Amino acid sequence: MTDASSRPRAVYYFATCLVDLFYPEAGLSGIRLLQREGLRVVFPRGQSCCGQPAYNSGYAGEAREVARAQLRRFPGEEPVVVPSGSCAGMIRRHYPGLFAGDPDEGVARAFAGRVVELTEFLVGVLGVRLADRGSPVRVTWHPSCHALRECGVDREPTELLAQLANVTVTPLARDKECCGFGGTFAVRHPAISGAMADDKAAAVEESGAGILLSGDAGCLMNVGGRLAARGSRVATRHLAEFLWERTRER
Amino acid sequence: MSAEPRPPDFRRASAAALADGQLRANFRRAMDGLTSKRAAQFADPVEWRDLRALGAAIRARTLVRLPEHLARLEARCRENGIAVRWAETTGEANAIVLEILRRHGATRVVKGKSMVSEEMHLNDFLERNGIESLESDLGEYIIQLDGETPSHIIMPAIHKNRGQIAKLFGRRIRDAEYTEDVDALTAIARRVLRRKFFEADAGISGVNFAVAETGTLCLVENEGNGRMSTHVPPVHIALMGIEKVVPRLEDVPPLYSLLTRSATAQPITTYFNMIGGPRGPGEKDGPREVHLVILDNGRSRMHADPALQATLRCIRCGACMNHCPVYARVGGHAYEAVYPGPIGKLVTPQTEGVDRRADLLEASSLCGACGEVCPVGIPIPELIVRLRTEAAAPGGTSAVLGRGGARHRLESLAWRVWSAVLSRPRLYRAAALAATRLGRLVPAGLPPLSAWTRFRSAPRPARRSMQELADEEGIPDA
Amino acid sequence: MPDGSRERILARLSRGSSPEPAGEPDFAVMARRAVRPEERYASLRRAMEAVRAEFLETNEDDWAGRVRAFAEAEGIRSIAYGPGTDAAGRLESSFRGSPVRLVRYDRPIEEMKGTLFDAVDAGFTTTRGGIADTGGLILWPTPEEPRLLSLVPPVHLALLDAARIHGSFWQAMRDEGWAHRMPPNALLVSGPSKTADIEQTLAYGVHGPKRLVVVAILPRA
Repeated sequence: MTDASSRPRAVYYFATCLVDLFYPEAGLSGIRLLQREGLRVVFPRGQSCCGQPAYNSGYAGEAREVARAQLRRFPGEEPVVVPSGSCAGMIRRHYPGLFAGDPDEGVARAFAGRVVELTEFLVGVLGVRLADRGSPVRVTWHPSCHALRECGVDREPTELLAQLANVTVTPLARDKECCGFGGTFAVRHPAISGAMADDKAAAVEESGAGILLSGDAGCLMNVGGRLAARGSRVATRHLAEFLWERTRER
Repeated sequence: MSAEPRPPDFRRASAAALADGQLRANFRRAMDGLTSKRAAQFADPVEWRDLRALGAAIRARTLVRLPEHLARLEARCRENGIAVRWAETTGEANAIVLEILRRHGATRVVKGKSMVSEEMHLNDFLERNGIESLESDLGEYIIQLDGETPSHIIMPAIHKNRGQIAKLFGRRIRDAEYTEDVDALTAIARRVLRRKFFEADAGISGVNFAVAETGTLCLVENEGNGRMSTHVPPVHIALMGIEKVVPRLEDVPPLYSLLTRSATAQPITTYFNMIGGPRGPGEKDGPREVHLVILDNGRSRMHADPALQATLRCIRCGACMNHCPVYARVGGHAYEAVYPGPIGKLVTPQTEGVDRRADLLEASSLCGACGEVCPVGIPIPELIVRLRTEAAAPGGTSAVLGRGGARHRLESLAWRVWSAVLSRPRLYRAAALAATRLGRLVPAGLPPLSAWTRFRSAPRPARRSMQELADEEGIPDA
Repeated sequence: MPDGSRERILARLSRGSSPEPAGEPDFAVMARRAVRPEERYASLRRAMEAVRAEFLETNEDDWAGRVRAFAEAEGIRSIAYGPGTDAAGRLESSFRGSPVRLVRYDRPIEEMKGTLFDAVDAGFTTTRGGIADTGGLILWPTPEEPRLLSLVPPVHLALLDAARIHGSFWQAMRDEGWAHRMPPNALLVSGPSKTADIEQTLAYGVHGPKRLVVVAILPRA
């Protein structure tokens, strides 16, 4: 946790394309969580995607053009908060290499250095203390692979959930195993991806939780879609949306 | 050119594996056991971090000066009385082995486990040339009896349960009583193979580490078949890939520790066999001749690229496939390659062409579980992406075989359109508007969406995008 | 004899530049494994018993008698050994009058194969010492004590001087200067032979010895 003097007063927000189109409430919740801590949050319109889908598919040139457009939308030095470990990881770890030898290499490196995943920021920079205003509920947590392994986000989400007095986090079997989304993997290898999603959905149902939480929209869409196809009663929520719902003043 | 009727297709092969409930259960149980035992071996995160950094540094630095170390290895081996031959291709390697065996009139060979020999399809080659080549490692022996190839690089028979093995022994081994008791099955194999060790004209093995400093070939094993194969017959032929050299003797213990703990979750194996030459003056046993065959088979090509060179760090521990969610569900045969799993996704496309084996490159969710456990720090997901980039490259040359051969017009067009729209703020906003208003109208039953909706309900775009809602709420724009 | 393949392979490997990877290998993690001398025997024994090695504790004066008593009690009818060493002499003295036959492995394997494979119940060897952290015996077969003594007979009796146990494999090779001269064969043995190839279930006594009996010479208290 940083002291007050190194706390920024304003941050940028990079929502990610999946949040923009599929989980807008989660995106807004993230902004509200930050605003509540006294930060000015700037959300540049016209931002789109970190470029990961193309990059992971081997289309680096196309990924770079989209990435370049994002660089332009976040001038300055303020931190860029991202409600997705997958996208934050993409930018931090792969933008420097993606722009190696490119005129924008310096900007890209600087940008990569400014990116922080939302829970990393809430816990590590702001040291938030959350007060639970909701009624008792059992949830289970799915850590996304990229958040874990590309972004290094491991304990922050569970620390935040632990602050909520009426929330019980039930363990998820094989929680660190991939849910099968993997971006275009789900579409190129549907049978294997489907089997992975099914195993994850089964584990969610066995956990006894009423809500599946994740910090990554892709995972949510994937496992949520499988749960729905199984006729499951378990709901899914993005962590940001859940945290805001539980702690906002009624 | 192989005689396969159709090219390898991971999608087809994995679909068959997914449908096989017994196979899936066998693999799931095996992988769960292996991963939890490995975790127990590396319980101290600081030790793991430091030992792995040491292993990675040793392997990486070895590769940078690979030709020097290989030349030194050869010189020291020759001083020790080990004959050294080099082979660019598996065909050459097979020819060298045959020549040595013919020179000794050898018709019966016992073999220790060697992935290089799998690359060579050595057993088939020797059989075609009238030489019996019997696998002596229990797992390899089992699959050889059944006419199969290994499904895992450390546990080749991992896909079989005891019932299947019992039936196999009953069918294929003379005088073997049917039993499903593991000890009894093992005793049968011991009896059969003991005779074979006794009678063999030559023994063939792989090499785990070849020490340049001293000219020593190190072999790792638990069963004793390796020592039997390399010490009892009068001739020993050792096969290694060019990347298996380590510069100094002191480099061996850290790599050996990483290997055993990663592969079988043991602190040490039953035997660690260090071969420094044939039968020495006054010695009463040991082979009269020891031969080392050093094989390239595409490795020098991998070596040429500074990033892809890391592929050659591999010490063949198998941890990557033990932790791979794809491998755990389909097993090794679905890869239709000598090396399955994550490392196979790097090695196979590089040796056979990224165009020919793009199917393997696509079959990864890039979850990173493999890279996390690789004891020598190979950045496997990153290299998979690199190879995907090579496969889809629009032009130019690189060291990578088959570059650009998997670029599809339709897909590259789709990504160009995607890029054109998402790199232009106003176009993106317009597209987002369309997606949110019209997205629900897209038929979920058509490809590529149908690949999704086969297993999951279709995702629905929100009614309004976040940027629209943010406009309404007056959240500050830049 | 010029080898075209060799030249072409080495030439390809020498082409192109690879960036020198950052970081000198740091062996501190290996040095940290040190097991204190007074704990080494216990550590080795614990590790080896976990993989079914057996231990007979004895001392410098009595060890040969202990081996005889063990062999007679276990019904071991014959033990192959390498004559011509001090240990061999001790063994020979001790086994005089015993129903257990000592079989001299004093001719080349070509003349001994049948005996070793089918006609002895055990093989006896000395050892060079042991390694404490993982468990394991160090053997350097010699003209007097050939390689197959510790491999072919179904029981391996191994004489270990507990004072010669190193902390780790890495320390052993450094302390004894192995890099300066390696024999035609050196090996580590940590237990009886085993496999987990059938359903990952451990089975002992595959191709190597079914039993490893460590005859441990402890200092007189």
